[in-house]
Amino acid sequence: MKRIAVVGASLAGVRAAQELRAQGYDGGIVLIGDEPHLPYDRPPLSKAFLAGTASRESLELLDAGDLASLALDFRLGVRATALEPADRRVLLSDGTSVHADGVVIATGGRARTLPGFEGAHTLRTLDDALALRAALVPGVRVVVVGAGFIGAEVASTCRSLGLDVVVLEALAAPLERVLGPSLAAVCARLHLDHGTDLRCGVQVAGLSPAGVELASGELVPADVVVTGVGMTPATEWLAGSGLKVGNGVHTDEGLVTSLPQVVAVGDVARYGGRRHEHWTNASEQAPVAVANLLAGHSGQAYLPSGYVWSDQYSGTLQLAGHPRPDDTLSFVDGDPSSASFVATFSRDGATVGVFALNNAKLFTRLRRQALRRPATV
Amino acid sequence: MIRACTVDELPPGESVRLPGPPAIAVFHTEEGELYAIGDTCTHQDASLADGWLEGCFVECPLHAALFDLRTGMPTCLPAKDPVRTYAVVVDEGVVYVQGVANEDAA
Repeated sequence: MKRIAVVGASLAGVRAAQELRAQGYDGGIVLIGDEPHLPYDRPPLSKAFLAGTASRESLELLDAGDLASLALDFRLGVRATALEPADRRVLLSDGTSVHADGVVIATGGRARTLPGFEGAHTLRTLDDALALRAALVPGVRVVVVGAGFIGAEVASTCRSLGLDVVVLEALAAPLERVLGPSLAAVCARLHLDHGTDLRCGVQVAGLSPAGVELASGELVPADVVVTGVGMTPATEWLAGSGLKVGNGVHTDEGLVTSLPQVVAVGDVARYGGRRHEHWTNASEQAPVAVANLLAGHSGQAYLPSGYVWSDQYSGTLQLAGHPRPDDTLSFVDGDPSSASFVATFSRDGATVGVFALNNAKLFTRLRRQALRRPATV
Repeated sequence: MIRACTVDELPPGESVRLPGPPAIAVFHTEEGELYAIGDTCTHQDASLADGWLEGCFVECPLHAALFDLRTGMPTCLPAKDPVRTYAVVVDEGVVYVQGVANEDAA
């Protein structure tokens, strides 16, 4: 291959570019990003960067040395609008196109919005974070819709800024569908212990000039409203490409699409029917996808670690594996009321997940030992 | 020179954290080598002594950045900057860390 287009300049795209070089590819790499910024790291956007304690510079994924050694041809501030496999071209929103022998799809997605919440803040990009940060001036009342990881982290950051925060959650407890009821109760406690007004089992109706209207008719007063209700994979540009899309770009277990010269990584990649939306996944998929792209066939399968983390208030939450809420939960250290604990999820006698609050050491040991994956290389 | 622990207190595969400042992590690899590095991950505030030791690399317990214990260099994101390395000496069964960073890892 003489030129590879990496479509998407966030973590998954950057990791793919790094892996291309690490695996010996010395042809051209065109890195296309719809944001005007050089690649940056997103996790701090809801935490230290939003709080104002992490600098813009600290977000950079690539330093000057990386940029020089990777020798990337950046196309920033332009969107990919179409993939034309027959002509081996990626069309761009500025009217130009990139001819490429191989394509890495790393387009991620957009923050979902709720009907009736047009104009509310969402948080996915640097510009989103800057806009939200500018709105978080002393004295504003914040309402966060959705108590998932992003919503909880935004609420936590707002509390650290001394702001009054209400979190509205549709489920009976935060993250209940991921963690099950006991650990969801722990997440709820973190909110309540830090002065966040968490209201669960609440249906929202829409924005009003005075705040958020609930389906019950009640008004929750707000000056700043943030919705954190998930994301939608960015696949519209692939219409007409012949690739199968629908809740992501469909690939095989090796992240290869129906075209051997096109692979997908990160939030947008739906491999073998599964799709993950987290940092570790975007990072870990790159070596496999790139190896299969360069080999021209899907020789390696991706084995996800399922590792996610979240910093909320006084808690560092860590989860690994792919537990279900109905798995058996056992506390290895501490108990749900402790300031730190480690629990495992088991199913049919096997450990399928590990969760920890403020115990990174034991969590890491269990993640690497109890959940050890077969080698991928 | 700082006394870390006795050799017996640090079996292969284990680590010990010296609170400092600066906090230092001392590792005894499965291969029998002793290494000392700055304990705080350069990406975010995490103790590398709590990390996962594999060969002569340690994986940060928070975000899985990997550091080479020999050089202090990170081998993958999210870390971009090296941790300091320190020389380790053993004298009569006691592990000591020398307080000056190695020149090649500064």
